[in-house]
Formats: sequence, C-alpha cells, structure tokens
Amino acid sequence: MPLHSNHLLGLDGMPKDDIQLILDTAVSFREVLERPIKKVPPLQGKTIANMFFENSTRTRFSFELAERRLSADVLGFQASGSSLAKGETLKDTARNIEAMKVDMVVMRHSAAGAPHYVSQVIEANVINAGDGGHEHPTQALLDIYTIREKFGRLHDLHICLVGDISNSRVARSNIFGLKTMGVKVSVCGPATMIPRELDKLGVDVYHHLDEVLPTVDVLNVLRIQLERGAGRLFPSIREYHNYYGITKQRLEKTGRAITVMHPGPINRDVEISADVADGEHSLILQQVLNGVAVRMAVLYLLATRN
Amino acid sequence: MEILLKGGRLVDPVSGRDETTDIHIIGGKIEKISTRISVPSSSQVVDLKGKVVAPGFIDMHVHLREPGFEYKETILTGCTAAASGGFTAVCCMPNTNPAIDDESVIKFIQHRARVALGGLVDVYPIGAVTAGRKGEHLAPMAELADAGAVAFTDDGDPVHDTEIMRRAFEYASMYDKPIIQHAQDKQMTKGGVMNEGLTATELGLPGMPAIAEDVVVARDISLVEFTKGQYHVAHMSTAGSTELVRQAKMKGLRVTSEATPHHFTLTDDAVRRFDTNTKMNPPLRTKDDVEALRQGLKDGTIDVIATDHAPHSFDEKQVEYQVAPFGIVGLETAIGLSVTQLVQKRLLSLYQLVEKFAVNPRRILHLPQVRIAEGETANLTIFDPVAEWSVSPQKFMSKSKNSPFDGYRLIGRPFGVMNNSQVFWFAL
Repeated sequence: MPLHSNHLLGLDGMPKDDIQLILDTAVSFREVLERPIKKVPPLQGKTIANMFFENSTRTRFSFELAERRLSADVLGFQASGSSLAKGETLKDTARNIEAMKVDMVVMRHSAAGAPHYVSQVIEANVINAGDGGHEHPTQALLDIYTIREKFGRLHDLHICLVGDISNSRVARSNIFGLKTMGVKVSVCGPATMIPRELDKLGVDVYHHLDEVLPTVDVLNVLRIQLERGAGRLFPSIREYHNYYGITKQRLEKTGRAITVMHPGPINRDVEISADVADGEHSLILQQVLNGVAVRMAVLYLLATRN
Repeated sequence: MEILLKGGRLVDPVSGRDETTDIHIIGGKIEKISTRISVPSSSQVVDLKGKVVAPGFIDMHVHLREPGFEYKETILTGCTAAASGGFTAVCCMPNTNPAIDDESVIKFIQHRARVALGGLVDVYPIGAVTAGRKGEHLAPMAELADAGAVAFTDDGDPVHDTEIMRRAFEYASMYDKPIIQHAQDKQMTKGGVMNEGLTATELGLPGMPAIAEDVVVARDISLVEFTKGQYHVAHMSTAGSTELVRQAKMKGLRVTSEATPHHFTLTDDAVRRFDTNTKMNPPLRTKDDVEALRQGLKDGTIDVIATDHAPHSFDEKQVEYQVAPFGIVGLETAIGLSVTQLVQKRLLSLYQLVEKFAVNPRRILHLPQVRIAEGETANLTIFDPVAEWSVSPQKFMSKSKNSPFDGYRLIGRPFGVMNNSQVFWFAL
C-alpha cells in the first residue's frame, strides 16, 4: 500500500496506515545507516530541492544526508526572512525552481501553510520541513520512531510535551501523530503558552510539572523560542527554568526512569539541564540519528509512490 | 425615459407599503403607482412578477481604493460592482492614499463618482477621524463635514487612543456625524491573522481573540455615555460585542452596528485550507458568534448589513496566508448571501431586509430617506428573492475577484437598479 498523498504537509489528518508504513520503512533504512557504505540507489536520477526560507542546520543536514544516501541529486538554499523580503513571491520562487525539472521540494518557511500553498501551485512532491507555528511532520515522525524503538511499542505509553506549545510546530505534529497512533498525550507549560481549546484535541493540559511527572513515560522538552516572541509569555528565563526546567533533581524525585527527548537545538539550563540532556535517560542524539532514517523513508515512499 | 414596472412587489418601509402594484416612471420620476396602469405601446414595459421593488440599497462600508490603489478598484469599477450587486449608493472608506483627511480628496471622489455612471450610484465619502489615519491627532472634521463627509472612521485601523476617541466624539457631535469604529485592541491582535480558537490552535496561525473587539466596544460605549456622541460599530463579528451593543441600546445610547454577509455566513473553519480569501479583519469567528450575529440581526441589535467590500488584486492574495492582505469583495454577493442566510432561514422578512439595506443606514448617516411615492425620484433596487444562482467571481464587475464564495449556490439575486434617471438591468 503506497502513501495516501503525494505530499507530506503535516500529520493532521494523516491516516494511521501511512504513519505505520513510514515507521516500518524507516527500520530498514536505519539498518542501512549502520553499514560501512551508507548509500543505496532508489532515488538515482531524482532531483530534490531543499528550500529553506528559515534558518536550519539540523533539519537541513538531516534531509540532505537522507537524500544523498538515497542517491538523489540535491540542490538547495537557505535564506532568512520571508520570500517577499527578497522581492520575489513564494509562488514565483517555487515555480522557477520547478521549471528546472525538480522532482521533489523540501521546504521550511516561517509562515504556517506555506508548503500547502506551494503544493497547489507546483507538480513536484512537497515535504514540509517546518511551517511557522503549524507543523514539523518529519520531526514528529522521528520522535514517534524513537519512542517505538526504545519501548518496542506505542500503546500504554504516556508522553508529555513540556514548554511553549503555542509557538511550537513540533508540539502540534507530535499531538496529531501520537493521537492517531493511540498514545496518551499531555502537555505541560505556563497558561500563557498553552493555545486556547487545546484540550479539544484530546490532550490533557497541566501547568505544574510535579502533577504530571508521576505518570509520564516520556518527556518531550520543547525549546524556548525567544526568536518567536516567547519572551512576552513568561516573566524571565530564571523563573521559567525554576518552574518548567527539566532537571535531574526533579526527575529523581519521582523515583522513576523517565525518558527525555528534545527536538533541538537545546538551550542548556533553560528548558533542560545539562545533566539531563547528557544523562542516561536522554534520547536526544538517538533522535538525530533516527531523523535521517525517517526522512529517507519519507523521501523513498513519496518518490516511488507512482 | 419612460418605463412601466409591471406587477412587482413594492416593499417600502419608509412609506409603510408592501403590495403588488405597477409603477410608472417618466424621466426618472415616479409618475404613478397603481395596479394595472396602461401606457402607450412606445414605452418600455418590464415584467416584475415575483420581483421585489425597494428603495435603493446603500452599502455603508465599501473600499473603493481610489485614489491610490487603482490596481485593486477604481471609483468607476466599484460603482459598477455596486450597481451589479443591487446598490444605488455606497459610502467609501478613507483608507485611500492620500487618506480622506482633507477637503480636496472628498472633492476628487465626488467628481469621479459623478462622471462614473452618470449618477446611477451615489458615493458618500467617509472622512478619517485622525490625520493620515495615524491615530495621533484629529483630522479637520469640520472641513470634511462641510465638504460632504457623512461620517468619520479610521477603518482598517481602530481609533486606539482613548483620549482621541473622546475628543472625536465631542467634535463630531457638533456636526451630528457618527464615529464608525473598527473595534479592535491593537496590542491583543498584533501579528494575528485569524480568529483565536480551536482552528488557529490546530493550524498554528497567530490568533486575534474575540475579546480584543469586545473590550474596545465596551470602552467606546462608556465614552458615548460620557460625551453623548454617536457611535456605529463597523463589521461587528463577536457574540460579546453584539451583547454590549444590545445593552447600550436598552440604555437609550446613540449606538448602532452593522454586520457583513461573510461574518454571518462563514466560521473560522473556512481557514483550514489556507485559502487567503478567508482572511479578513475582523476575522471569521466561531459558530456561536455567527449565531449571535444572526440573532442580533433578527432582534434589531444589528441595524445594517454592510459588505466591507475590500478588493485586492489576484497576485496580492497568491501568497502565504500570513503575508496576504486582509479583505474580500462583497458587493456582488450581498443580496444573495443575505436572502439565503437570513430570509430563507426566516430570521428576517423581506421588509426587514430592506430596512437593513436601505432605511437604517440612511437613518444612521442622517441622509434623506428614499421613498417610493408618486412625484419622487426613482431610486430603486429591484431583486428576485427566489432566483437561484451560483457565484462565479470571474464574472464580477469589480476589478478584483477575491471572494471565498466561488461556486456557492445562493438564493436571491439583484435584477436591476435605477437612480438619477440612470437604469441598469442585471438580468435582461
């Protein structure tokens, strides 16, 4: 069974079968990454454009690596700010790049819905690598993959996303994907960082870490994004760290081994303390490695769909 | 010009008439109203069986874009769209470039309007409250009123400063003009592009909370009580402000309001596909807000249906949702949406619909009422209240086609308009 869509725009509304297929396919690519020669041929002759209208290192490298390891031809750019700042509309940029016979477009953009719009004006497969505060589907897929790898299952787990949910595309994609897979999801953060009516998405909302920690299996700790105006939503970094920072002491108090994840980049000793980030229950670097395999799976499944 | 309008349903709340009759018009004047008028075979006879003949409709919230943004709309194309939508008058908003904040801009608009369609569509300019619409100090309201401004607003932006709003009420009162407010707390809506709520939460789009409208309406109503000014809430979009206006009216304050067809038809659910034609300010709200607006229209809390016709070029809307300009065109779908959503659903009678489109706006703006009576100028809107049609923006007379209603099946369609001896038949 191929994927249901030509594009990966988000996990909102993505069928469970599709998520399952991507996770299962990623297992075999994960094995490829352990080989001495980490390159396989399925995307030979395909051209992929990485359009990063917003800065990124990790995600861009991860996609590029995934593309090269599938033997695709790769080109890309990175520009900060919206496309309009450069004087060309997003539509024109996308159509010009497609005119050069590009097969797939991976794009990151500061505006929610930008990849959805591009998918309507060009024929190439579009993969969303993060659109504003909306979705970051491959990040959530690699998070889910990493959880499944660690626990060997997804059912009966309780995942809590901690931090600025309002501004977080990682949180949204995780909520959509995890809910589809039947996982119990909660969020924890100050009231100013929880968007309205979030509970209607079927997640439990907490404002105090100590209330949720006793039942949690995995904490997915979100980055405080000062660049997205998060500074207006809490009094100070110091207060945030004291009340929402994930520290070894706070975790040990529960007497349980809680797994900790973070989509990166980390603000050490802000949302997560160094001893937790580098600690034995941290999956942070595992996430990064799995990200390449999951992205290989997504690219492979979209490219070979027809 | 000699025309016999045969067998139409005359609905004129001003004369208190609702009857089936013939209307004989000679030289732009109503010669005779009677059943079975016979005319010489040389005169034009229009069969209006099943059609409604009403006093000319006025849309008191239109962005004609000229001067300054002629690539979106001009006074000519805007007036043509108005006529095509069944209006014989529009009020044009001052967010032009230059803004309507001195006499010369008013004179320019009046001149353009006169030559546009030979007087078929009357254009009433609305002046800015503050110079350049910057919100810093008052525009020359006396000069603007003398030149013909019928009201004042900084629409597009709220008058944010409470002190300036107070002084605007006081100053405008001397000329018996209303202040029309785009009610919105600017700090609470900074960066917002859609209603704050479940849909925005799912889409990750920055929200504009309903309460940002309510707090400004509440403040302004307090100022009206204090200054004895006249206040009109533009494009009211929330349940909260509808209730505030209802209470203000019960207190006997000079407070009125309008709602747009898109706000009483669509919810923020329409934003899901990131269609930039669902982006307007104030934004589409929730089902509860839509229901409150409909009840407000029914019980008279909302006096007027106005479109907030806001043309934007095709390319301006072909961008990321967050980048796209706010606003949609509305003149050519107003009657269809209103009949479909309000008359068909028995919230308003046709008589009440005519009040919202023709009588109440003129009352609020202190314009002479249009009457359908012998000896009066024929200023008429004729529409078919049961005709079904589907919306095709490409056929709009407006220069811009930015409508979220493409493909909608509507009931109720304009048939023709007549004003100042000019006639425009929509369907003949």
